[in-house]
Amino acid sequence: METRFLLNGEPRVAATDATVTLLDWLREEARLTGTKEGCNEGDCGACTVMVTDADGTSRALNACILFMGQLEGRAVRTVEGIAGPGGEMHPVQEAMVAHHGSQCGFCTPGFVVSMAVAHLNGRRDHDDQLAGNLCRCTGYAPIVRAAEAAEDAPVPDWMRQDAETLGDPAFIFPQIRPSGAPPAVSPTSSDALAEWYAAHPDAALIAGATDVGLWVTKGLRDLAPVAFLNRCADLRRIVSDTETIRIGATVTMTELGAVFADRHPSLAELIRRYGSVQVRNAATIGGNIANGSPIGDSPPALIALGARLHLRKGEARREMPLEAFFLEYGKQDRAPGEFVEAVSVPVQADRLACYKLSKRFDQDISAVCGCFNVTVEEGVVTAARIAFGGMAGVPKRAAAVEAALLGQPWSEATVTAAQARFAEDFTPLSDMRASAAYRLRAAEGMLMRYFRESRGEAVSVLEVRV
Amino acid sequence: MSVSKPLPHDAAPLHVTGQARYVDDIPVPGDCLHLAFGVSRIARGRIASMDLAPVRAAPGVVMVLSAEDFDVIPDCSPSAHDEPLVSDGTIHYAGQPLFLVVADSHLRARKAAALAVVDYEEEAPILTVEEALAAGSRFEEGPRVYAKGDVEAALARAPRVIEGRIEVGGQEHFYLEGQAALALPQEGGDMVVHSSSQHPTEIQHKVADALGLPMNAVRVEVRRMGGGFGGKESQGNHLAIACAVAAARSGRPAKMRYDRDDDFVITGKRHDIRVDYRVGVDDEGRLLAVDFTHYMRCGWSMDLSLPVADRAMLHADNAYDLPAARITSHRLKTNHQSATAYRGFGGPQGMVGIERVMDHVAHALGRDPLEVRCLNYYPEAPVESAGDRIFGKMKEGKRLETADLAGRGAMKVKETAGRGERYGAAHSPVTAGGKEGVTPYGMPVEDFILHALTDRLAEGCDYAGRRAAIAEWNAGQPVLKRGIALTPVKFGISFTLTHLNQAGALVHVYQDGSIHLNHGGTEMGQGLFQKVAQVAAHRFGVGMDRVKITATDTGKVPNTSATAASSGSDLNGMAVKAACDEIRGRIAAHLAGVFGDDDINFGDGCVYIGHDHTLSFEEAVQMAYLARVSLSATGFYKTPKIEWDRIAGRGRPFFYFAYGAACSEVVIDTLTGENRILRTDIIHDCGASLNPALDIGQIEGGFVQGAGWLTTEELVWDGKGTLRTHAPSTYKIPACSDRPDVFNVALWDGANREETIYRSKAVGEPPFMLGISVLMALSDACAACGPQYPELQAPATAEAVLAAVDRARGA
Repeated sequence: METRFLLNGEPRVAATDATVTLLDWLREEARLTGTKEGCNEGDCGACTVMVTDADGTSRALNACILFMGQLEGRAVRTVEGIAGPGGEMHPVQEAMVAHHGSQCGFCTPGFVVSMAVAHLNGRRDHDDQLAGNLCRCTGYAPIVRAAEAAEDAPVPDWMRQDAETLGDPAFIFPQIRPSGAPPAVSPTSSDALAEWYAAHPDAALIAGATDVGLWVTKGLRDLAPVAFLNRCADLRRIVSDTETIRIGATVTMTELGAVFADRHPSLAELIRRYGSVQVRNAATIGGNIANGSPIGDSPPALIALGARLHLRKGEARREMPLEAFFLEYGKQDRAPGEFVEAVSVPVQADRLACYKLSKRFDQDISAVCGCFNVTVEEGVVTAARIAFGGMAGVPKRAAAVEAALLGQPWSEATVTAAQARFAEDFTPLSDMRASAAYRLRAAEGMLMRYFRESRGEAVSVLEVRV
Repeated sequence: MSVSKPLPHDAAPLHVTGQARYVDDIPVPGDCLHLAFGVSRIARGRIASMDLAPVRAAPGVVMVLSAEDFDVIPDCSPSAHDEPLVSDGTIHYAGQPLFLVVADSHLRARKAAALAVVDYEEEAPILTVEEALAAGSRFEEGPRVYAKGDVEAALARAPRVIEGRIEVGGQEHFYLEGQAALALPQEGGDMVVHSSSQHPTEIQHKVADALGLPMNAVRVEVRRMGGGFGGKESQGNHLAIACAVAAARSGRPAKMRYDRDDDFVITGKRHDIRVDYRVGVDDEGRLLAVDFTHYMRCGWSMDLSLPVADRAMLHADNAYDLPAARITSHRLKTNHQSATAYRGFGGPQGMVGIERVMDHVAHALGRDPLEVRCLNYYPEAPVESAGDRIFGKMKEGKRLETADLAGRGAMKVKETAGRGERYGAAHSPVTAGGKEGVTPYGMPVEDFILHALTDRLAEGCDYAGRRAAIAEWNAGQPVLKRGIALTPVKFGISFTLTHLNQAGALVHVYQDGSIHLNHGGTEMGQGLFQKVAQVAAHRFGVGMDRVKITATDTGKVPNTSATAASSGSDLNGMAVKAACDEIRGRIAAHLAGVFGDDDINFGDGCVYIGHDHTLSFEEAVQMAYLARVSLSATGFYKTPKIEWDRIAGRGRPFFYFAYGAACSEVVIDTLTGENRILRTDIIHDCGASLNPALDIGQIEGGFVQGAGWLTTEELVWDGKGTLRTHAPSTYKIPACSDRPDVFNVALWDGANREETIYRSKAVGEPPFMLGISVLMALSDACAACGPQYPELQAPATAEAVLAAVDRARGA
């Protein structure tokens, strides 16, 4: 397979297997060793690179779980390309030196790239922008000081060069000389994907690769055949009317967060804590649903909102309530050759609260993710959709709890009575994230939190400031 | 003056541009081999059969080595020769290397390693403290006991006796650069090894041993590590030995780096600890006697566990003058990864025990924990003790004025200071019986500054005012509770194995006046190279641009100790100073002869000869060169005053103590146990800092790492002994937003009483223990939920905090 892309501003053609990671290619083939391998699973950010699309969007991505096949027609900028062509340092690099932002230096290239992308995009929410970069030496304080110090520096010309080049109608990538290797399957429409996948039902579909990437880097699997979905433009559409918002399967978590920022701020906040910037820039809503994680984090929230899932196989389409898709752990209601095309969410007044409980606030997988959507009219509960991740083998509604609330006055007594029903809904597991007993306690606590929050009480440690 | 300047890390421009080179970045010949271990899936038993044919047949595999391929399996242990490179048939932990794959790429080696078909004869593993005690599975013949005074009698007499237990989890180092090594075969069977190691000499020794070569046939180079934290003191041995063996057998370069999951599963971590305590106190909260029992799970091999457990005992007192104390330490052998060195080397574990005691005693007596802490502090050191050139600057906040530190001589005492003001009288009670100010291991504490330091911190961060405000806030909050705690650190500096307290250096001055230096320390991010270069530049009176330090190299400086125990700049700075002074002395002697004036001074890039002559440094160097004066010298240093009997638990193991204190404020959610650090204020003692910027970096980073240990970082093994938290997806070190919202760090102004390099103090480990303030603040918040003592365990995950809230409520 040949992939054409810009590398630090220069057109390159790479001939690789489809699932060679960009990180391995950079370090082993291109001999650009500034990009580091820290974890090989997208959790530490030492391999962060900037990827620019033809539409001019530049984002930070983890190169360790980014396949070469995803890069066709895009631009990659590594730490070596963050400094100017004459070797002049980028403002964030200068600030990192001046503010003592590096100690051992191994995480530093990844930080520098994340900071440079945030700087390019005018982002000043440094804790979020850097949540996907782990540093073990500095305690982060000097890194944030450096990011703040560089905020007002002008964006260097070379940081805009990739967008300009890709956007220049006169620019064309060099012709590929066929290497004889089979080309990557990279359909450009959902129709083309549907036809191909129906004929290759055993294939792996790769959208953001934040999960499938680990099948390769950790599971050491050979994936073949594969199809890359990132060029299916129609799968990335978000269409809304007065009744529903229909979200295409390859909409990224970053984009999903923006969709809900005003409609359901608590969901947007949940998505802020979904992975990291690098992960959210790659991960897709379709992948998050299709991989059938028992945790989510978006499925419990979408179930609480009453979302419906749209599946397609060949020309056949069907839809179902999202919760019906998750049959049991590791098993979804999806036929071979069938794929997630979209998820649609009914437009509604915002009553949603999403609570994510994890060992670490950012860049962590939920131990329990509870999402509450309770309608109270004249003091009485008239509707309740409550869904949890991490409490069962699948994202699941708390039916008994919902029933205990329905028709009851919205009061502490009602909530306390309903708390006792969680044990009917869930028999959670004990694992490295939490014990079963604690998961149940936490779920009960979240219901009480939802109640107290509805009364205007302070319930979030994230909102306390000194 | 290059010393004491806040210069950036010497490699910072290389770090930020991606040019800084780590082991895996070194260009290698195209025929380089890549290695991976196949590891055990069970924790204890034997290999019944192992079919490696599928591994050998895998694409790219060049060689597969298991026990049968060695006459003697190379040993990887830093201590007891109990760690064969690959299993000899017995299995001691899940993750133990069984065989070594040598292939033409890293990925192919990993893929092939997964193909072995291994049948096990499984035995029940020894995993818990109880299981190990029941089985008598331990290192050393029985528990070590260090004691002072008659503990039982004091407990019997005490008005109150308080008992409790704290369990504290271990910690994965999570250096961002995983373990890595590269071996390059040389002519005549010699070997050059690049290793990500804190201990090049040990790598040299172990590789030589594995290859049957004298040490002079093996040269080890370490340019830098991507973090170490103790995890690269002994845990790199396996990779270096494996590479050397593969390179020797194939004649090709061989490289090995652990995938992150392998790194978690194979290598050792911080020792977890259970501390049981019985404490006798008077009605004021003065400790009359303490009886500690430490239980440390050391894992399957000895590694460095004995000195780690010793150091935990040596820090069981922390800052407190205990009239009677007994520390009993069990070093348990369990079927886990072999616990190893980790920043603090047992000190943090010991210190958590006594800090828990202070918290518990204060709760039992209804007193402010800080008052109880201060009440029990060691006596403040007198500022000037007879005959010593001692100086201290306690309260006013000005930097100590000194004579030219680089100069010949003594630094003048310009300041005097009394005891801390607020607590001055109460801090240093006359203790009943026993000698005041002496540790449980018999070492007088002569440099104690925590009274004044605590006062300054408590005043500066308004501890008392905020404590009151928090109580008021908590009273109005049904769901959220805040807590605050101020905890001190007193940490002993020196290797407890006395002979390790030595260092060497090699300095060359070239004809053009540029200076090249090597020393025995390794660079892992702490800025050691820069500090040492500052010393060298200072000795020669030249700018930093003239000084270059290159990779640590066993061929340049032999017989080095690990860069560990916070000793890097103390030891190597002095060794470099000695080498520089030797060369400086030779140049000065030559110039004195030429000019007939022996008043020679180096400074400002010049050499001043009396009042009449000035040469540029390079002119002086050239004159010396032309006169056939040697411009190369070695330097050597050994720490004075220390002697230690670890069996008796008596002596002076430490040259001096480093001090600090932190005040942290937290908030918890009583519905889920979620918690955050809101604010932390720190004052830390680096003596007369060699480089305040680097020192503050160590303090900030050490604090956050220590807070992580006690909050989010939870190691979980399942019932079969398999580590379930083996990647950053499941093991959570602090992320950017986990640092305190408000984070103030200041250096204590005061020089080291002992004659260290420019009167600085070691800084690598001590600030780690400032993180204990977070655990105690969380305990305070939990205690706000009810009348009972919350007995918060560590790590204080949300789950642990909720359990403590329940206990506080008496639920």
